[in-house]
Amino acid sequence: MSGQHDDPPLSELDLRVRALESLLVEKGLVDPAALDLLIDTYETKVGPKNGAKVVAKAWCDPAYRTRLLADAGAAIAELGFTGRQGEDMVVLENTDEVHNMVVCTLCSCYPWPVLGLPPVWYKSAPYRARAVSDPRGVLAEFGVALPADREIRVWDSTAEVRYLVLPQRPAGSEDLSEADLAELVTRDSMIGVGLPLNPGKTAADAS
Amino acid sequence: MNGGHDLGGMHGLGPIEIEADEPLFHAPWERRVFALTLAMGARGEWNIDMSRHARENRDPVDYLSSSYYEIWLKGLEVLLQERGLVTPEEIAARMAALATDREAAV
Repeated sequence: MSGQHDDPPLSELDLRVRALESLLVEKGLVDPAALDLLIDTYETKVGPKNGAKVVAKAWCDPAYRTRLLADAGAAIAELGFTGRQGEDMVVLENTDEVHNMVVCTLCSCYPWPVLGLPPVWYKSAPYRARAVSDPRGVLAEFGVALPADREIRVWDSTAEVRYLVLPQRPAGSEDLSEADLAELVTRDSMIGVGLPLNPGKTAADAS
Repeated sequence: MNGGHDLGGMHGLGPIEIEADEPLFHAPWERRVFALTLAMGARGEWNIDMSRHARENRDPVDYLSSSYYEIWLKGLEVLLQERGLVTPEEIAARMAALATDREAAV
């Protein structure tokens, strides 16, 4: 009708979502500008770089680490990271004795303000099913092998409580600045399915 | 609520598919469903438990064969329908209109 004959046909889902959005806008229930702002926030501002700053600060500043473990929400808010899906935060510290790993068996609960939106595997049936029954097998799929005597604790997130793993500071990182340390902290290390990078390695080397 | 979403310990679901350099969204419509769900949630007509129930209260086959954001879309439609905010008939009519003219009524 208006010169759009060359556009490929829309998928059923695409069409359905466009229909819903146009109805909600027409009824004054949503503001298109607010939708764009929400998308931009999660695509460009909120993500695992936030969590990496929290971890690096905890590695460098013992007083901050103490505050983080005692009241994670308040300590994370000190760095300006607040918002939905992070209202009640708990930080889990990895040690030589204990490795922590996070899942949401029922859904996709995840600490958005520090990690952003979860990857597809975190929301997928295989991870949700096996993280609790075979955590060592799951870690192996992520290329992580821990000593046999390392206790693995798996934490099942809820709609209210969200977890962030505080990984162990890598050996050989003693001379690095807080900013350089943050570069070693991967998203997966803060979920507990990975370990931080070793100094001298970059994320590009690891992938 | 017990159901298809209650996956802890379930066997036979296969390996974990890990995607390198995964994008935040895998289709433009996923972006819009995400934003529509958050924007409608912020209006306070329902809480997080009610939206979880709307997503999870479905046949396990439906739940397990739908993608993540498909489930969000289905849940949002249920919540809107329950409150008379948007009916299935309105969605079907608007889809038909958009299928013939992409700019229809937007």
